Amino acid sequence: MNLDTGIRLAYLIAAVCFILALKALSGPKTARAGNLIGAAGMALAIGMTFATPSLSRFGLMVGAMAIGVVIGLPAARLVKMTAMPQMVAAFNGVGGGAAALIALAEFVKATPGSLAVYQVVEVLFGIVVGSVSFAGSAVAFAKLQELMTGRPITYPGQQVLNGVVATGILGLAIAACLSPHNWLIAVIGILGLLFGIAFVLPIGGADVPVLISLLNSFTGLAVAASGFVLHSVVLVVAGTLVGASGTLLTRMMSAAMGRSLPNILFSAFGSVITATAGADGTSGDRGVRSATAEDVAVLLAYSQKVIIVPGYGLAVAQAQHSARELADLLQARGVEVFYAIHPVAGRMPGHMNVLLAEANVPYDELKEMDEANPEFQSADVALVVGANDVVNPAAKNSPGSPIYGMPILAVDEARNIVFLKRSMRPGFAGIDNELLFDPKTTLLFGDAKDSLTKLVAAIKAL
Amino acid sequence: MNGGDILTLVTVFVLAAFVGFEVISKVPSILHTPLMSGTNAVHGVVLVGAMVVLGQAQGTVEIVLGFIAVVLATLNVVGGFVVTDRMLEMFKGRQPKAGRRPGAAVGSGGTGGADGSLSTPAGGAAPVTSPVAEGSGS
Repeated sequence: MNLDTGIRLAYLIAAVCFILALKALSGPKTARAGNLIGAAGMALAIGMTFATPSLSRFGLMVGAMAIGVVIGLPAARLVKMTAMPQMVAAFNGVGGGAAALIALAEFVKATPGSLAVYQVVEVLFGIVVGSVSFAGSAVAFAKLQELMTGRPITYPGQQVLNGVVATGILGLAIAACLSPHNWLIAVIGILGLLFGIAFVLPIGGADVPVLISLLNSFTGLAVAASGFVLHSVVLVVAGTLVGASGTLLTRMMSAAMGRSLPNILFSAFGSVITATAGADGTSGDRGVRSATAEDVAVLLAYSQKVIIVPGYGLAVAQAQHSARELADLLQARGVEVFYAIHPVAGRMPGHMNVLLAEANVPYDELKEMDEANPEFQSADVALVVGANDVVNPAAKNSPGSPIYGMPILAVDEARNIVFLKRSMRPGFAGIDNELLFDPKTTLLFGDAKDSLTKLVAAIKAL
Repeated sequence: MNGGDILTLVTVFVLAAFVGFEVISKVPSILHTPLMSGTNAVHGVVLVGAMVVLGQAQGTVEIVLGFIAVVLATLNVVGGFVVTDRMLEMFKGRQPKAGRRPGAAVGSGGTGGADGSLSTPAGGAAPVTSPVAEGSGS
């Protein structure tokens, strides 16, 4: 086996590592190992590249890599956990930039007129998508880092202008295919940067993470394009993998927010929020976030403290036994679990205590409202099972509300809120619950007993 | 490069696209952000391409472009994997609750760092803000 075959085989192993890494990153138990598998594949690919006989300037290469490590390692290690999303944006953007530069350098190197049309297309694709990803990620970073306003920036004719820039890129690209000049390529690259900025400006607030995921898949495609330019199979495989799985992930993320991707990209989220914020109690078409039982199971299983808030829905579904089974499972995993009982939970005072006692829930796990309320702010999850009015913040905040003044459980102070609900129908008092639209709220629709049974099964499967 | 080679690459591209769609399925939303970060690290493989460009460059312009590309791609690789690993640290085995006092974590600065770790300041992408408080009170 000669060296070249060895290097190609090493790249194949690296590509397999990347596939396994993505697979493992999709599950909570294997995720960390998955990341390490990916890193191992990467180390192998980079190491073998050093052995490539046709390459020179290894000193310069190591110097450039040293600069990257000296900047990147402390940035990644020291950044606060809360600042992680913008770091992902930054590291994604530089990847896109690198892909664009590779395509550009290969174009510069080629003898003028020697490139076939498909080769020019490869170069252009790498430059455009790479520079859109670079500039877009830079703006996303600035938004999240609060170097600029995080809110959507809109101006009249914005969509039209973006359309004009995109059309301009396309037109010039066709011209460049017919007669590739350096200056044409440069103008296209600059337009790509402009488009990246213009495309991201109107996207703000909670939508930025979805945007970063989209830009991440863009970078993947740009890397695949640079793989085409360089005839490198490992770049094509890894770039395409990221492009495809990143697109899927982007759709999952927008679905988890209850919104469609075009809605996120073109509707300027923040302005919608400000428009509805004043109109109290209108559910309208505001998005709620629903999740699957598996999602909620992972959230519960990896929490430290879960407070179950049972309500009438639990009583009618006769779900108290399933609730207890869930609590037992979580406690076996070391999660602190107790029940917060509102005085009017169920249909009469004390109803809930009786039901839960019947399911053999130990008495000391049942906490009355006054005892439970201070606990919510340290709770990872408040699991609201079939209750609504007794957790509605309108009782505290909206003097006009029919339930204003009723003491409620302070569920809104928990870090995450999960509602098990049959539907979006309001509770007994017939008023909407603002909490359902809170960004930290997740809904699991279905009959309380069914949902709890599914949660139990999902946690057992973890 | 002849027509056969480009077809080979197109074949690889199409197959890899299918693998990319199939390999992730039913990702719990708690893992959305780490998975995004992990795929971000994987496209850091562009470093291999940057090294090839720098190593085969013929003129000054190409050397400069290649050098910058290697710096940027190295940032992508190093940052990508390290950030992902830090996010996933949150998932390591938990301590039993022995010794924990109820409410020990109230207002504790220790949990602050973990707050929103898997999510965003706006709480957008991952619905889960802080499923696992890092080490606090355990």
